[in-house]
Formats: sequence, structure tokens, C-alpha cells
Amino acid sequence: MIQVTGLTMGWDDAILQKDASFQVDRGEVFAILGGSGCGKSTLLRHLVGLETPMAGEISIAGLGHPNLQAGRPPFGVMFQGGALFGSLTVGENVGLPLEEWTELPHEAIGAIVRAKLRLVGLDGAENKLPSEISGGMKKRAAIARAMALEPDLLFLDEPSAGLDPVSAVELDELILTLNQVLGLTLVLVSHELPSILKIAKRCIMLDKDTKSIIATGDPRALREDESDPRVHDFFNRLPRNS
Amino acid sequence: MTESTRSDTPLRYSVIERRADGDGITLSLRGRLTFPEAAHIWTEVSKSVETVARGDHLDFDMSGVEAVDGGTMALLVHLRGTLAARGVVADFVSAHENVQALIHLYKGDVQPVRRRKRRHEGVLNQIGRATSDFFREVRGVLGFFGDVVLAALGLLKEPKTGNWKELWPTMERSGADAVPIVILINFLVGFVMAYQGARQLKQFGANIYVADLVGLSVTRELGPLMTAIILCGRSGASFAAELGSMKVSEEIDALRTMGFGPIRYLVLPRALALMLVLPVLTMVGDLVGMLGGVLVGMTTLGLTFGGYLSETHKALHAWDVFSGVIKSVVFGLAIALIACQQGFATTGGAEGVGRRTTSSVVSILFTLILLDAGFTMFFNAFGL
Repeated sequence: MIQVTGLTMGWDDAILQKDASFQVDRGEVFAILGGSGCGKSTLLRHLVGLETPMAGEISIAGLGHPNLQAGRPPFGVMFQGGALFGSLTVGENVGLPLEEWTELPHEAIGAIVRAKLRLVGLDGAENKLPSEISGGMKKRAAIARAMALEPDLLFLDEPSAGLDPVSAVELDELILTLNQVLGLTLVLVSHELPSILKIAKRCIMLDKDTKSIIATGDPRALREDESDPRVHDFFNRLPRNS
Repeated sequence: MTESTRSDTPLRYSVIERRADGDGITLSLRGRLTFPEAAHIWTEVSKSVETVARGDHLDFDMSGVEAVDGGTMALLVHLRGTLAARGVVADFVSAHENVQALIHLYKGDVQPVRRRKRRHEGVLNQIGRATSDFFREVRGVLGFFGDVVLAALGLLKEPKTGNWKELWPTMERSGADAVPIVILINFLVGFVMAYQGARQLKQFGANIYVADLVGLSVTRELGPLMTAIILCGRSGASFAAELGSMKVSEEIDALRTMGFGPIRYLVLPRALALMLVLPVLTMVGDLVGMLGGVLVGMTTLGLTFGGYLSETHKALHAWDVFSGVIKSVVFGLAIALIACQQGFATTGGAEGVGRRTTSSVVSILFTLILLDAGFTMFFNAFGL
């Protein structure tokens, strides 16, 4: 589904990650992990086409680096804070891509919007403004908007960040439902270990010091693997120099 | 042995310096070292270690310390670090368990890390950095305007792809809501212009020409310029702040990832709205500006309403009004584009939004005056 080859990313003369290569298979939940400042969110921005790599290639569904000016992208994105448009209601936010990219009449759009909101547990919230809903609800609404055009691929930036444990678990359940029932491929940036261990099939771990990927594989197996202390400490929540 | 204590408050701590034979210096701290007294502790300990020479060994004897809080511990650890930088080996010794835990927490038991002194940036460096930032900004601005041209051409080619829903509400906010202040400001401008002009014209018995003065200056210059300045403060700042907030909360990124062109979706409706409302507001401003002159003419100069209007009609030509309207269209475009560009260039959270909003207003004002001067020279050159 996603093929990344020799990716180098950064700004001016500050390189964040060098020569990164990995792939994401169709239908899996794939996590991008790492400590603060290692470039997780920047990698996500490169994958969705918001940044241009300094070197390397990214291909999504065999189509080459996403060109966001070329029309409707083949994926949906949920940003960390939700990035809902404050002047539109929750329903209008979710319906916006449908109005832009489909010929559906207004009534049909309304039906799809209500169905998407029901799917993410926001039944009845379509007339609320983003300022009137909680952080967790904003993230759910953002997921509903990302799914509006029925993409096969979703990118989620820190979906559980800032949520209470119960809301985080509910969001994890939603992500698993989207994957298992709807067959979506999900790429998520996170450092919430309980979530990753529960929902991610595979992951990569970025390292700030070596500016490279230092681990790839099943997060549960990586937690048990003691060959790299950096990876072991991260997955077992051990302080540095332990 | 020297002992220093605070004598004006109940004794809570003390700093005692004791010089031992050949083994270096011991500085004994006693009592409760808490943050309310931190400034005094800092002063006294600093004074006590002033004379410690390079190569000496200093022990902070903590055996008498009953309690110490985090802030005071941080200061003591810092002093230890400055001593280390001077070549003095200093350690915290004989601390009780609770105090030792805090020493450990603030890394008072490890080798002090030598901090590299931050070198002050030289003037040449500052000039170089400012020049580089300036050209980066210019490149960003040119890129933005290039994108606007492409988006506008795309919209002309496929008009139905425009965000027309945004146009009317923007026109209402920028135009209709601005009418009261436009009326007030332009009325006062006409009033003041007439009042000042009347004082001079009266001397020559040329009272009636105040109508010419006000009519021409308001329609050709002051009407469009003052109205644009009002909209700069209202709409320009609003656009910059709104788009800046969207930028820092990733809403513009979200638009891009949904296949919306942010220029087409956000900038073009605003530009078109201002290009449409500013001429209308300008004409309203022209009218009330002249009414301000009428008021002065009738109350101060003894002119009649009919007489004033007749003179205005003689002095003004259609081109005088039309030239002001042409200016206002260009002003509207400038206000919208500069404000939106500043909004798109915002970084750095709330502080960045504030900075760019201020910068947009200043840039717009400067540009308006520049454009007005340009128009004046152009019209004069062609005898218009």
C-alpha cells in the first residue's frame, strides 16, 4: 500500500531522518513510534504530501508521491488536534469533502454524515460547533471527516494524545473496528504504548540521535527483544541509563 | 570562624564557614533552607565562597540541614557548578536521607556539566541573519502571489470550483458591518477638511470654494484612502488572525489533504469580497464626506445647501469619483492579499498569530500609501 525508499527529510541543513525505507501492507494497522523530536509527525507530513522529501521516494497505492494539488487524495488524514474548521458545525465539517468531490444531493450528504458520525460514536452531534465538544469528540469527528470519501487508507496523528484512559480505549476500539470490519489500512503516529501494543500489527521506531529507523516489526515482539537497549527501554517504559 | 544569620526574622537557617587544617574548606549549612529565604541564602553562600581559590576543596556540610526545598537546592547545585568552573572541587557531604534524596534529584552528587558559554551574536551575524530572513520572506511572498495568480486563472477557467458560499458572508462582515464607522470617519474627515479650508478661504472671500476643496479631495484621495485604512484595521487584521489561527491549528493542512486548494478556498473569496465592497463603501464615504463639508459651509460660512451643492456639482467630474473607485478596487485587493499572505505565513502559536496580525496591518498601511502615491503620479502624468 505504501512504499518508502531512501527517504531523507528535514529543513535547510537540519536533517531529521536519513535514508529511511519501509513499507506498509494493505489492511494492516501500522504505527510510527519514537521519542520526542525524532520526526514522527514530520514523516507523516511527508507521507501525506504536505512536505517534499530532501531525497528518496514515497509511493502510495502505486501512485508516486502524493500531489495534493492534483485533486482528490486517495486517503484521509486525522490531525493531532482534529483540525476541525471552527466556523462550521461538526456535520458541515464531515460533509465538506463530500460536497467538494461528489455530485451527491444535499440530503444524501446529510445521510452519509449522520452515518459516519454514528460510526464514530457522535450520534446527534452534527449541529454542534467544534468549540462546543470535547477533545476526544473532536478527534472522533476528525476521523469521521477523514473517512467521508471512503478511502482505503487513513493516517492518524497522535490519535490518543491528551485523552483520558477511557476515551483512549474507546478510540482504540474504533480504530480496530475500522480495520477489522471495514478493512481500512491505518498508519498512526503515536507514543501511547498501551494503544500501540493493542492495535498495531507492525511498527517502525525512529531514533533522533542516529536519524534512522532502529526497529521494525511486531510491537509485542519488540517489547521482549533485548538486543537493542534503546528499543527495549522504549517499549518497557524504562528511563535512560537504566 | 564566621557566622552569618538573618537577625530581623526568627532564625531558620545559618551559614557557617569553617576552615579546617589542610583538608580544604567546609561550609556548614544549618536549619531549614526554604525558598522564601533563597535570595538571602544565595547572597550569603556566594559571599562565603568568593575567596575560595582554584585547586581548593570545598565541602558543603549538610549535617545540620533539617530540610531543603527544590528551588534552594537548585541554587546550591548551581553554585557548586560555578565553583567547578573556577577549578574548585565542591561536594555536598553528611546529608540526612531526606536531604540526600533532593541532592540526588538535582544532580548535586554527579560531576557538574561544564556549560558552554553562549556567545553573543555579533553585529555582522545579526545583519546577515536579518538579510537572509528578509530574502526568505520575499521568496515566500512572491510564491504566495504566484499561487494566487494560478488559482485565479484556474477559477476563471472553472468558475464552479470556487468557494462562492464564503463570498456573501465575507461581504456582509467586511462591507455592511463597516458602514457605520465608514460614515462616521469620512464625515469627520470632510468636516475637518472643510473647517480648516474655510479659515483660509474666508480671508480671500472665497468661501464657496470650500465645496470644491472638499469635493475633490474627498472623492479623489481621502474617501478611498480613509475607507481602505478602516478596512485594513477591520478586515485585514481579521483575515490575518483567522488564517493565522487556521495555520497553527493545522486546519489549512487539513484542507490541503482533502484536495482543497487553500488559495482558491480561502483567499480568493476574501479578495473578491473586498474588491466588491470597498468601492461601494468608498462612494458612501465620498457622499458623507461631502455632507461634512456642507455642515461647515452652512454653519460657519453662511452658504446655502443649494449653493454648496451647485458649486460641488460644478467642480466635480465623473472621473473624479471614478478614479477614487478604481483606487478602492486595487486597495481592496491589496488588503486581502497581504492579510491572507501574512496569515498563511504564521508560525509559532498564539504569539505568532499576534505578530503576523500586527505585521499585516503595518504592511497594508504602507502599501496603501505607496499605491495611492503611485496612482497620483500616474494620473498626473496622463493628465487624468
